Amino acid sequence: MRPLFQIKNATTRSLLSGLLISIGMFGFGFLLVPIYDIFCKYTGLNGKPDQNPYLYQAEDIIVDSSREITIQFLATNNASINWDFKPTLHKLKVHPGHIASLAFYVRNPNNKDMVGQAIPSVSPFDATDFVHKTECFCFLSQPLGAFQEKIMPLKIIIDSELPKRIKKITLSYTLFDITDMETKGTAVRAQLEKEGMIHDL
Amino acid sequence: MSEHHNPPKGLMRWVLTTNHKDIGSMYLWLSLIMFFVGGFMAMIIRAELFEPGLQIVDPNFYNQMITMHGLIMIFGAVMPAFTGLANWMLPLMIGAPDMALPRMNNWSFWILPFAFIMLSSTLFMEGGSPNFGWTAYAPLSTTYAPNSTTFFIFAIHMMGISSIMGAINIIATILNLRAPGMTLMKMPMFAWTWLITAYLLLAVMPVLAGVVTMLLMDIHFGTSFFNAGGGGDPVLYQHVFWFFGHPEVYIVILPSFGIISTILPAFSRKPLFGYTSMVYALGSIAFLSFIVWAHHMFTVGMPLVGELFFMYATMVISVPTGVKIFNWVATMFRGSLTFEAPMLFSIAFVVLFTIGGFSGLMLAIAPADFQYHDTYFVVAHFHYVFVPGSVFAIFAATYYWLPKWTGNMYDESLAKVHFWFTFIGMNLTFFPMHFLGLAGMPRRIPDYNLQFADFNLIASVGGFLFGATQLVFLFLIIKCIKTGKPASESPWEGAEGLEWTVPSPAPYHTFSTPPDIK
Amino acid sequence: MMKYLKMITLIVSTVLMGLLNPMAFAAFEINMPQGVTAISQEIYQLHMIIFWVCVAVGLIVFSVMFWSIFFHRKSRGYKPAPFHENTLIEIIWTGLPFLILAAMAIPSTKTLLAIYNTDDADLDIKITGYQWKWRYDYLEEDISFFSHLTTSPQEIYGLREKGKNYLLEVNEPLVVPIGKKIRFLVTAADVIHSWWVPDFALKKDAIPGFINEAWTRIDTPGVYRGQCAELCGKDHGFMPIVVEAKTLEDYQKWLLVKQEKAQELKKLNALNRTEEELMQKGEEVYREHCATCHENNGKGSSIYPSLVKATMTDQLDCITDHMHSVTYGVPGTAMAAFGEQLNPADLAAVITYERNAWGNNTKQFIQAKDIVLFKETGKYQNQELLGTCKGVIKK
Repeated sequence: MRPLFQIKNATTRSLLSGLLISIGMFGFGFLLVPIYDIFCKYTGLNGKPDQNPYLYQAEDIIVDSSREITIQFLATNNASINWDFKPTLHKLKVHPGHIASLAFYVRNPNNKDMVGQAIPSVSPFDATDFVHKTECFCFLSQPLGAFQEKIMPLKIIIDSELPKRIKKITLSYTLFDITDMETKGTAVRAQLEKEGMIHDL
Repeated sequence: MSEHHNPPKGLMRWVLTTNHKDIGSMYLWLSLIMFFVGGFMAMIIRAELFEPGLQIVDPNFYNQMITMHGLIMIFGAVMPAFTGLANWMLPLMIGAPDMALPRMNNWSFWILPFAFIMLSSTLFMEGGSPNFGWTAYAPLSTTYAPNSTTFFIFAIHMMGISSIMGAINIIATILNLRAPGMTLMKMPMFAWTWLITAYLLLAVMPVLAGVVTMLLMDIHFGTSFFNAGGGGDPVLYQHVFWFFGHPEVYIVILPSFGIISTILPAFSRKPLFGYTSMVYALGSIAFLSFIVWAHHMFTVGMPLVGELFFMYATMVISVPTGVKIFNWVATMFRGSLTFEAPMLFSIAFVVLFTIGGFSGLMLAIAPADFQYHDTYFVVAHFHYVFVPGSVFAIFAATYYWLPKWTGNMYDESLAKVHFWFTFIGMNLTFFPMHFLGLAGMPRRIPDYNLQFADFNLIASVGGFLFGATQLVFLFLIIKCIKTGKPASESPWEGAEGLEWTVPSPAPYHTFSTPPDIK
Repeated sequence: MMKYLKMITLIVSTVLMGLLNPMAFAAFEINMPQGVTAISQEIYQLHMIIFWVCVAVGLIVFSVMFWSIFFHRKSRGYKPAPFHENTLIEIIWTGLPFLILAAMAIPSTKTLLAIYNTDDADLDIKITGYQWKWRYDYLEEDISFFSHLTTSPQEIYGLREKGKNYLLEVNEPLVVPIGKKIRFLVTAADVIHSWWVPDFALKKDAIPGFINEAWTRIDTPGVYRGQCAELCGKDHGFMPIVVEAKTLEDYQKWLLVKQEKAQELKKLNALNRTEEELMQKGEEVYREHCATCHENNGKGSSIYPSLVKATMTDQLDCITDHMHSVTYGVPGTAMAAFGEQLNPADLAAVITYERNAWGNNTKQFIQAKDIVLFKETGKYQNQELLGTCKGVIKK
């Protein structure tokens, strides 16, 4: 048998490497969150689209007038919120490359100020990367005073690279109450309003 | 290490002990207690499902029962039982004087009772215990959860820490304390399975701890890991959970493979067939278990590529599992078989685990899984791998090593009674569940349409039979300790291994000087 | 050992008998339904193929094993053979399963590809899961309704005999045409649910915040029943799905009737009901939608508040708050929003009922037009009352 001190050293090494693995894996668990986000972004998993305005150069846009895409709009209230929330148009036909504009109507029927956030989701998944939004109410949280109503604009360009088999795209927005979560968001919003990036109607 | 004294008397012996045999015994007793607690909950579930309509519990309490039954059976009954067996047997099997880290061994055991007291106490809290299933899918486990969820999370943390410490200890013991001459490829198969299990534990228990920590943060600190409203994603929870959850399935089955690979050769009087391929199969299963997790989520809405990948990977995992089963059958083939209780449970293991494996293969076929998913077919499947797979193996191990632990033989005829009633009860309970699931009964429901009544009745009767039979097991162990006939050093004719070279019962200290391996 | 063998033969023969005799399925319901769509039949075939593969492998493995158990036993004086490896056979039994699996993977992949192809649908229906009911929106038709369990508590608690469709019956089924490709957009409003109809082999998780796609094309008209398949809280077992598949002609008739009804309901908005009519209609609506939680006697339970002599229901100044919580729900509690589930006339009736039943005595009788006005302005008969509910103004 090996001398005792050698065994002790080896045991300490096993202990330390074991601890190291478990701490590392604990961290890896949390690392899975950003990994998943990146994964979703590249695969369009869950139809989770990019949450930043699409910055386009006019010359980049190729209009494909040979086909027409139907875009459907869905509005869902999460159970956390009771606002009136609906698209002003249920569907729209558009050539890839053309800008489609429409709006969602929203009203807070409560006698208190609240903040809502619309979460977008695209179906089919593989269309996600081809739906570009130059303007969307979903980029920011939406504060509404008591009984206040609002028309929220949305501008979309469907990429002409959209796979040929896709003829219909569903854009779904689910509205959540984030009044409690919202502290930083309002400040950001005020800033953006000042810069004229949000237009209340 | 060279001290040779008898154990101190009284309660403090158990609180302060660093002796692997004491700690092993405590793990095994804890596991037996939790087996009865979780089993009692199963009886409540089966009683409610005995006939259509709501009779005994309300739906919310029913959901609490299925949640606690799952948690207690996995983390309280099966995992501690395997750790207990590892504590008792590994040093004896590899010729070590004790576990490599005896003090840590004491801590890792003593965390557990407190974890389970905390978990069980949620049943008495306002709003009741966790009621979202053991998988705790968000947002049912966050926004919609009872207040006791915080305690559930801390209990999981404690069990996790205990398992991780136990796993480190087992790795350190196996890697460093083997008797001279015992190379890795000469190790008993039980040591091999535990070595791999321990690495799996190290890799995934922290991930479970991480994911429940995220739940905790979502509930209390306003983060939005799993809340879509804050930019999170409920499906992410399922991915991280099953990244833990699937290897966990193998954590509760691999040590059984080790036990069966020990017992079948002993009662076949023939060496284990294909030792090397067994080791490679183990390694492949452990590796594959990390890349199949999303087969629990086929209906969640994954991209086609993901669906295909997880389907293929899951199908592939049946190859190394098949190899193990073929090897066991080949071990028995042309042996000289006798059928004592350990052997009976092992044979039942091979048959029933194979059936569970078959339904697993069926579940792997993604399109078919759209029908099977979240039905009683799944319940039947995982109970077929879990009850014969883990519990029968633990019974087999208990009967096999009981003479070594107590110094007495158990009552063989009573053990046969235990076996046959357990076997019949188990099949009566879980086999009809295949039919229920295929006919369209979803799982986790407290009440059902009349078309499911007959098979539920059979399953409940089987469940009560299974439950009652386990009291025989308890009686049998106590009888063995109190009045069993003294056992010899090596009571099984075909048994091999270092544990049979020490007296029965095994003295408090063994292998203070390491044995020689040829 | 004989007992053991008998047990196995019993189990195996039950399975085989069931599977070989198609009549037996219907009687015992022990196998997956073949269903009424091309996909469900393909899935059934896959299920049967993989089942028979398993049976075949199982028979081989178990025969070898039971051969040993019967003939290679010590009591027969059998001497053990010393072998413990055989490279050739080990290679074979690793390689062969691979081939079987590869063969299995081909049809599975094909079916999966078909399931994932949601293109060119004729009809789009949005399905939203709620605790514990489903909402169906026909996206092309402007039709939208909730579908919830109608089995009575008396049946559930054994006070009345259980019917054939016990726990599988709803107030309004999803009606769809046969022969058309129907695309479902599945989502949820609170927790995760799962929409499952076995006869279509269609199961899709409904996830709050995200939209999932699935499709079906039904071959045969009929009524098909399913259930929520993902644990979603207390009444997970009590949110069935009923789909009525009609011929295209009947479906279009149904659409017309449905649209006429919607028009009629709009007319109701101008209807003035008498006090008796309001109370009678109110009780009817209350029993269908409110009594599950608040009980028939209005007293609620330990979890759900009592409406009897409560501030909200029995104080004059609370009328708008009362209308508000029924119409918009109380987010964060179990109180759901009924504003979209019930038309203004029903809302008016049920609120009137709650304010004047069980000893509540506000003498406030609400008409549909009050609800319409309230929805637009948040006021009751132009009085700014919302949020003033403190029970200060006594009757």
